[in-house]
Amino acid sequence: MFYREAGQFKTSYKADQAIFPILQDRVGLGLIIVLALLVPLFGSDFLINSFMIPFLIFALASIGLNILTGYCGQLSLGTGAFMGVGAYSCYKLATIFPEVNILVHILLSGFFAAGIGCIFGLPSLRIKGLYLAITTLAAQFFLEWCFIRIPWLYNYNDSGAIEVPTRTLLGTPITGPSSTPSVRYYVILALIIFLAWIASNLIRGRIGRSWMMIRDMDIAAELMGIKPLNAKLSAFAVSSYFCGVAGALMVFMWLGAAEVESFSINVSFQVLFMVIIGGMGSLIGCFLGAAFIFGLPIFVRALPDQIGVAINASTVDHISRMVIGALIIFFLIVEPHGFARLWQIVKEKLRNWPFPYG
Amino acid sequence: MRLKSLVMGVAASAIAVTGTLSTAATVAAEELYIPSLSYRTGPFAGGGIPFANGFADYLNMLNARDGGIGGIKVKVEECETGYNAQKGVECYEATKGKGALVYNPLSTGITLQLIPKAPVDQIPVLSMGYGLSAAAIGEKFPWTFTYPTSYWSQMSSILKHIDANGGLKGKKIGFIYLDVGYGKEPIPLLDQLGPKLGFEVAKFPVGVKEMQSQGSQWLNVRKERPDWMIMWGWGAMNATAIKEAAKIRYPMDRFIGNWWSSAHADLKPVGSSGKGYLGANFSGIGTDYPALQDVIKHVITAGNTQTKAEDVGNVLYNRGLFNAVIVAEAIATAQKMTGKKAISGADMRQGLENFKLDEARLNELGLGGFTGALSGSCSDHEGAGSVFIQQWDGNTFKKVSDLIAPMTDVVRPLLEDAANKYVSDKPNWKGQTCG
Repeated sequence: MFYREAGQFKTSYKADQAIFPILQDRVGLGLIIVLALLVPLFGSDFLINSFMIPFLIFALASIGLNILTGYCGQLSLGTGAFMGVGAYSCYKLATIFPEVNILVHILLSGFFAAGIGCIFGLPSLRIKGLYLAITTLAAQFFLEWCFIRIPWLYNYNDSGAIEVPTRTLLGTPITGPSSTPSVRYYVILALIIFLAWIASNLIRGRIGRSWMMIRDMDIAAELMGIKPLNAKLSAFAVSSYFCGVAGALMVFMWLGAAEVESFSINVSFQVLFMVIIGGMGSLIGCFLGAAFIFGLPIFVRALPDQIGVAINASTVDHISRMVIGALIIFFLIVEPHGFARLWQIVKEKLRNWPFPYG
Repeated sequence: MRLKSLVMGVAASAIAVTGTLSTAATVAAEELYIPSLSYRTGPFAGGGIPFANGFADYLNMLNARDGGIGGIKVKVEECETGYNAQKGVECYEATKGKGALVYNPLSTGITLQLIPKAPVDQIPVLSMGYGLSAAAIGEKFPWTFTYPTSYWSQMSSILKHIDANGGLKGKKIGFIYLDVGYGKEPIPLLDQLGPKLGFEVAKFPVGVKEMQSQGSQWLNVRKERPDWMIMWGWGAMNATAIKEAAKIRYPMDRFIGNWWSSAHADLKPVGSSGKGYLGANFSGIGTDYPALQDVIKHVITAGNTQTKAEDVGNVLYNRGLFNAVIVAEAIATAQKMTGKKAISGADMRQGLENFKLDEARLNELGLGGFTGALSGSCSDHEGAGSVFIQQWDGNTFKKVSDLIAPMTDVVRPLLEDAANKYVSDKPNWKGQTCG
């Protein structure tokens, strides 16, 4: 009943091909965006800084990996390293050209990640599946090694860490310690909405369709005139671009300083879990997966304090690890296709309600 | 199917409930709130647990014995960081709004993240014997303290010890370190002092992932044949390094760990094969101090703790306790200076700059001979503390040297250079002028 599109007539091709052809979806999305804009008015700094900002950044990284793994079918374990490439190149750009606006640097830094991603994507033309995962793992270790061993990347800093300078947009600091969480949140939100819009259009278009053809059956795709070289490398490039921008945002808008540890293999796995739990080949799944994987530990850790039970910090940490592990297994058993599929089922039920067999 | 919908329902309602809960917690007004960023999990827990215990136990002892500091209670709240900078910042964000007086992150990685935040939030950072060495320069880092000494000063004390035991000139010093911000911190000093004092340095980095398999590093040590080995290790790295050193028959009495690489937790698994191993330290060993007896009486036997009784008096336990002593002294000083009982982070900064821990005061606290005299000032945020060298006898540590003062004349200019370099690319950085 709620999702019935009855009565919504499409009278032009444009209306038929809109991103959100159903009115309910447009209203829902509008509501979510309004809510997202209102968060800083009601949420505490902790909520914004420790949940909303990293959630959006990881959602962007998941979109990047989802393009590669979910849409093009190329398994990658190098996400953390590609994020690192974005972060380090953004840092270098920001120190070499301090007069250019930091947002330009953040968006440019993705191109460096895309270039590196293309290079490490070359093996995908010859090998598939788990073997490709191993070569991307090599990318992860090689790039981590670079971040430690090439001191030029962190400006010969004694500590080996990159530190974010304060930069302003229209007179308001948006990076560095003096920027307020709300400002950073709005900047990130705007960027994420923009980039997610680009991603959704890419996926719907010719390029995205060629990715999906490669994913579903590469030989058939080749016979139909899709060049695997172009399709696979463009997937690596676009995916790494998104990951790189996410990495730059992570350091400049969230952490404020980062060592190589921030881009370790654990990050790669975390983002991969977000994609798997959220749903392969789904953009909304990226957001749901990021919220689940990143938010759940924070929620579990905060819970005993909220309900007034005093438990040792370390015990809470142990419990949260166990609970999260159990929940991931549970969700994968009841819904192997991730949260995106759950959302689809919910939509279906809403459409049919109150006549379940209608 | 029914179970599935039940769990889904619970999950959905849990999400709905948390949406309505606010994360801002309420704090009792009359309380001194000290967050303790501890790590009792992960590969570094071996060092994190005793330190966090010593820190909490001393402040809880003050609560039980004196009713707090200046008549109001201290509340220590632990937040688990796992030695991870990201989680450390998360802890910082979660606790800073509750009236936190000072942060003791016990991690150089977390300290580096907090240094730029401290002036903005007006909460000082006390990185006791770790963190950024350059923070010792108070003019440049008003909100950061490295009492009782910085890594660079400690390294100079260790070099002094080597000089006194056979000379430095023409020697080859091997430096094995954990390849993170912490381990890399003293390298600029070694590189600059090497040519000056006429010794050669061979560096052996150990990545966090290979912490427990250092075969290749020690193979290199065997090739390089350094006259002395100095270690900047932490967590599981230490015991592994000492075991590997024993395997290649490196003379233990030529192997010096810094103050984070020579604790009971590191040497216990090695046992007698680590006999002779040296380590730097700045806090007393054992329980033969009246203050520690008070801790045992009021906290340990009262059961108000997570500490195992046999751990009291261990190197890292006592160091955590010493950290709490500095915090308590700074609070008391700040209370005296401001006349307020419940002080703020800014008052705490004043207290940290002005407290005096001389011999008389140490005796008064029941810690006579526990450590060298220590006092801060506006420009000196490391307190020029000294270290002593201790030796593992197969069972416990014994103090084998007097207090060795750092080479302040050499180190201070280098620290100033480093501080200037840190500040140089931060145009809005606020220092202070000291009269």
